[in-house]
Amino acid sequence: MKKLGVFICHCGVNIAGTVDVKSVAEKIGKTEDVAHSTDYIYMCSEPGQQIIREAIREKGLDGVVVACCSPNMHENTFRKAVKSQGMNPYLCEIANIREQCSWVHQKEKGEATRKAEEIIHATLEKVRKNESLEAIAVAVNRRVLVVGGGIAGITASLDLADGGYEVILLEREPALGGHMAQLSKTFPDLDPAFGGLLSKASEVEKHPKIQLHCYSELEDVKGFVGNFDLVIRQKATSVNGAKCTGCGLCIENCPVEYVSEFERGMGIRKAIDMPYPGSVPNKAVINRQHCRYFLDGSCHRCEEVCPEKAIDYDQEEERISEKVGAVVVATGYELYPKEQLGEYGYGEIPDVIDGLAFERMLAPNGPTKGKIVRPSDGKVPKEMVFIQCVASRDPDRYMPYCSRICCMYTAKHATIYKEQVPDGQPYIFYMDIRSDCKGYEEFLQKTIEEKGLLYLRGRVSRVFQDNGKVRVLGVDTLTGKMVEVAADMVVLATAIVPSPGVKELAAKLRATVDRHGFLTEAHIKLYPVESSTKGIYLAGCGQSPKDISDTVSQASATASKIQALLSTDKLLQDPLIAFVDEGICSGCGICVEICPYEAREMDSHRGISIVHSALCQGCGACIASCPNFACELRNSASNQILKMVDTFVT
Amino acid sequence: MDYLYFPGCTLNTKAKNFDQTARDCSLLLGFELKELKNWTCCGATFPLATDNIMALLAPSRILATAREEGTALTTLCAVCFNVIKRTNRLIQEDGEKRDKINNFIEKNYQGDLRILHYLEILKHEIGFSQLKERVKKPLTGLKAAAYYGCMLLRPFEEMGFDDKEKPTLFEDFLEAMGAQATEFPYKIECCGSFQSVGSPDVATECAYKILGSAIKNGAEAMVSTCPMCTFNIDHKQSDIKQKYLDFKPIPVFYFTQLLGIAMGLDYQTLGFEQNAVDPLPLLKEKGLL
Repeated sequence: MKKLGVFICHCGVNIAGTVDVKSVAEKIGKTEDVAHSTDYIYMCSEPGQQIIREAIREKGLDGVVVACCSPNMHENTFRKAVKSQGMNPYLCEIANIREQCSWVHQKEKGEATRKAEEIIHATLEKVRKNESLEAIAVAVNRRVLVVGGGIAGITASLDLADGGYEVILLEREPALGGHMAQLSKTFPDLDPAFGGLLSKASEVEKHPKIQLHCYSELEDVKGFVGNFDLVIRQKATSVNGAKCTGCGLCIENCPVEYVSEFERGMGIRKAIDMPYPGSVPNKAVINRQHCRYFLDGSCHRCEEVCPEKAIDYDQEEERISEKVGAVVVATGYELYPKEQLGEYGYGEIPDVIDGLAFERMLAPNGPTKGKIVRPSDGKVPKEMVFIQCVASRDPDRYMPYCSRICCMYTAKHATIYKEQVPDGQPYIFYMDIRSDCKGYEEFLQKTIEEKGLLYLRGRVSRVFQDNGKVRVLGVDTLTGKMVEVAADMVVLATAIVPSPGVKELAAKLRATVDRHGFLTEAHIKLYPVESSTKGIYLAGCGQSPKDISDTVSQASATASKIQALLSTDKLLQDPLIAFVDEGICSGCGICVEICPYEAREMDSHRGISIVHSALCQGCGACIASCPNFACELRNSASNQILKMVDTFVT
Repeated sequence: MDYLYFPGCTLNTKAKNFDQTARDCSLLLGFELKELKNWTCCGATFPLATDNIMALLAPSRILATAREEGTALTTLCAVCFNVIKRTNRLIQEDGEKRDKINNFIEKNYQGDLRILHYLEILKHEIGFSQLKERVKKPLTGLKAAAYYGCMLLRPFEEMGFDDKEKPTLFEDFLEAMGAQATEFPYKIECCGSFQSVGSPDVATECAYKILGSAIKNGAEAMVSTCPMCTFNIDHKQSDIKQKYLDFKPIPVFYFTQLLGIAMGLDYQTLGFEQNAVDPLPLLKEKGLL
């Protein structure tokens, strides 16, 4: 018979305020094999852990139950504590009597006490049959894949590469920069974004440790933390990148023009073009959907004029296989699709544009060379309406969350507008102003006081075209009056949504997304840059809306977490995985089909299914699906689980 | 096929012309509006305080009675349509409220009636192309602005009448009648509603904006589906005229009156004497009498 110890935490009043911890400790202490049962105000504190260590030493315990908060919080803490006394850490289990008991039963103290006792008894049942286990050591590939070449991906790549790790950086578009390349100036210092971004991007391009794949996507991923096998699909640019000098002759001579998505529909681009002026890499790319050579073979202009003979119409897309140990998903954002914003006339009224389009207008390299003009007739707008929270914070119809950047960029937009058009009047419809980072509130107050921006607290109900003006109907809830503005131009601060394709990418990486498509972190507070899948890390707006400062901070945090992960040659993995009773397994293969981690495989010689211990994540799917009950999970075997259930039902 | 019909109070009084023309036209189109027995007021507003079900009892009683007589219920007045359709949906979807209401009214109604607006019958049951073929006197040359107001369309999820921001059903109807539908941005704005009782100036202002916008876009007449809207945009035109001296009144029709003309009904049966702005000069000018 094992000698068990039970340690009940008060968690201040979190547990002890509801559960009568003293009486629970006393009652549990009467159990035959419980050699030690006690309570303490904070078990996770150093004196609390000392109590556990001393009890193990003095009573010679060989199993421990700590009744406290969720194992997500402190399982590791207590396992380390018991390990220091020579006990196998897997003989220590957590009985969650906070999240699963005291917090949810605050009004039923008697019942909560009874339930806490049962939870502890059940956990004791588990510990009685727990085996001593050793962590599994797995070899690590010390290279990193970064998906997304926006400011998040660029920052993470540079940090990792500077730390000495090899990085493979994938970017879907032909050039680095993401949405930041579209911005004019950034808040709160009105610093031109483009220059800073370009210098970082060229650092990436030149870095000996970074392998850059633009115009590329991740096609396939296999493996697990420390050992991912990738297939990268590099699309054909139809231009030999090694030869192209970026001289631009081909672009000048290309006869095909089409509407530029980079300029948010306000400019045109050529069928052969740079992604944007001065882009990194500074190489031309042919868009095969528009190029006449690819449409009907009627044009060879670029090939004729290229002095370097860099045009390669026959270039084919390539598949490149790589191995990495960790992946950063930095896929960024898109703005809410305009087709779904009926009441603002967006997409129908030319003088209603979104924030990114206005950025292009303000950018010196944009379609208007930085001049603010109405898209419809090129006139300077004298009355400007900015509408915040378009499709954000609107749970009934659009997105329930705050997009976080719009308050500040709208203030920035209105400021730049006022500087350029001193006799113009900007109106800003807002719900609340959120300016909670360093220097933001000061920036905002300064713009309101010095620039004469008119902030109207209220929503806009409709926007329509009327006699060459854009009529904006809204309400000012501070005066309780309806407001009607005959505006020349309207800028919508539309919601941030995850960039398209992120769900498919997440599925390939076995990472999860929330109901809006943002990648989910392992723990919102404690593990904010880790995804719930080991070895997959997050950075930037793909995880949640954030501004450049936060994105850069998160990307650096992600990079340093990965450097810690890859600092050793071997990774230790939890041994709480599936195992097979070879005598019972009939080799039906159901588990192989069902395993989401490709950890199960048929051993054709022996006619049974085996477990790859490095791949198994201990999810239990194979165990539930095995018709013969031949699989079990280490330390969660069915005889343990059934005993635990018995505790609750008898 | 005949349709069970809930007229509502206004159609028995101020909007008799709306009621009568609808009944007459339906006979010409081959169906009858069968008036619901013992109907009461619908309550005239759908309560916003969802915990108070008293205001739901009147429409629930109407629905329960109607269910005993048939499977679909038709209305004309946009306000009644709004109240009845939303109450029906609430009874259908909210089991707790359904039980409470049924206990009150001592009925067992499950919310399984189809609630139809007369325009929906014209569009979905008859079809505008069919209707076009039945037109005897096309309203050629008449520039009419279809005014939806709020009640037919909002809340969008509950009413499901037409597109939430850019409805076209009403315009399609006018085009089928041979008229020229005038597009104007205020077609789904509020007419001022009951403000015309407490703050008449507010309602006058709303009506002026709507009418002004329609006129500026070329409308010679307005078309309405609602006695409340009609009161504000038709009867209030004399107040508007006093305030805005250059305002030129235009007639406001119920859509069934225009349907009546197109179907060839004698104009003397169309109840134009109840219209505030006399439509006869315009109809005469267009050769539609």
